[in-house]
Amino acid sequence: MKNPISNLQKVFESRIRLGIMSALVVNDTLDFNALKDLLEVTDGNLASHLKALEQQEIIIVSKQFVGRKPSTTYQATDHGKNLFRQHLAALEVLIGNQ
Amino acid sequence: MKANLSNPKEDLQAIREFMERSSKFLSLSGLSGIFAGLCALIGAAFAWFVILGSGSLFYDEYLCSVGASPFNQVTISLTIDAIIVLGTAILGAFYFSCRKARKSGQKLWTSSTRRLLWHLSIPLVAGGVFVMILIFRNSVDLVASATLVFYGLALVNAGKFTLGEIHYLGLTEILLGILAGIFVSHGLLFWTLGFGLMHIVYGTVMYYRHER
Repeated sequence: MKNPISNLQKVFESRIRLGIMSALVVNDTLDFNALKDLLEVTDGNLASHLKALEQQEIIIVSKQFVGRKPSTTYQATDHGKNLFRQHLAALEVLIGNQ
Repeated sequence: MKANLSNPKEDLQAIREFMERSSKFLSLSGLSGIFAGLCALIGAAFAWFVILGSGSLFYDEYLCSVGASPFNQVTISLTIDAIIVLGTAILGAFYFSCRKARKSGQKLWTSSTRRLLWHLSIPLVAGGVFVMILIFRNSVDLVASATLVFYGLALVNAGKFTLGEIHYLGLTEILLGILAGIFVSHGLLFWTLGFGLMHIVYGTVMYYRHER
């Protein structure tokens, strides 16, 4: 039998990254401030986690201007959603085995 | 091997909570429902005892007997009465939601709030326009039924984005609206049940489930 733990994604080990992905699978897009309010973290902390997810192509970032204010929105890629689903399934299996 | 398993149960709980909080408007207070229900009861009592001549005549018969113009005194008074009830109920919903959001340390105006209001407003605005058409065509007897059905549809539509009870409140309103259409002469009674009693019942349930 395949070891369920191999499906756990290292990239989702942090609680903040889990939060980001949870929010992005139920919302098409979210902006930085929405994520910040939801996760209650500092700008720098959130930005570094978003950067890591972006580098692994789990999320895509788009920047545009709303009036004169820059606005950054985040969206989960299909690849990211798949990884997250695998991670969830692995967590469930682990709970079932306990 | 164990080192890698942070705590799957807590992780899943956190994921669930983040999903809910980011997609649902959870600051809706049961007290808004109770308040809206009380407003509706007062408004309905005013309509029955003052505008409709102390209930001495049936709702639709009375309205049919007052002439062909939609701009007769009774229709106008009922419309104003309904608008005051609606306005007060909305103010109450806003006030109690603000309070609940402040208490739980969350923001009131989020993307979930905007999404909830958007999905609520589509059937509601359509219903409002339809009811105005009914009034202008002098089919006032169907107004109670139409407001209940459209309001119920709006709640069912918005129910996905807030507390689950709203979905069932919506289904109840649709059912009452259809009954109000069948038993047209008791329109005001069904209106009172739907907007008054049901708001109080569901508001109380929501209050005890989520705010105690």
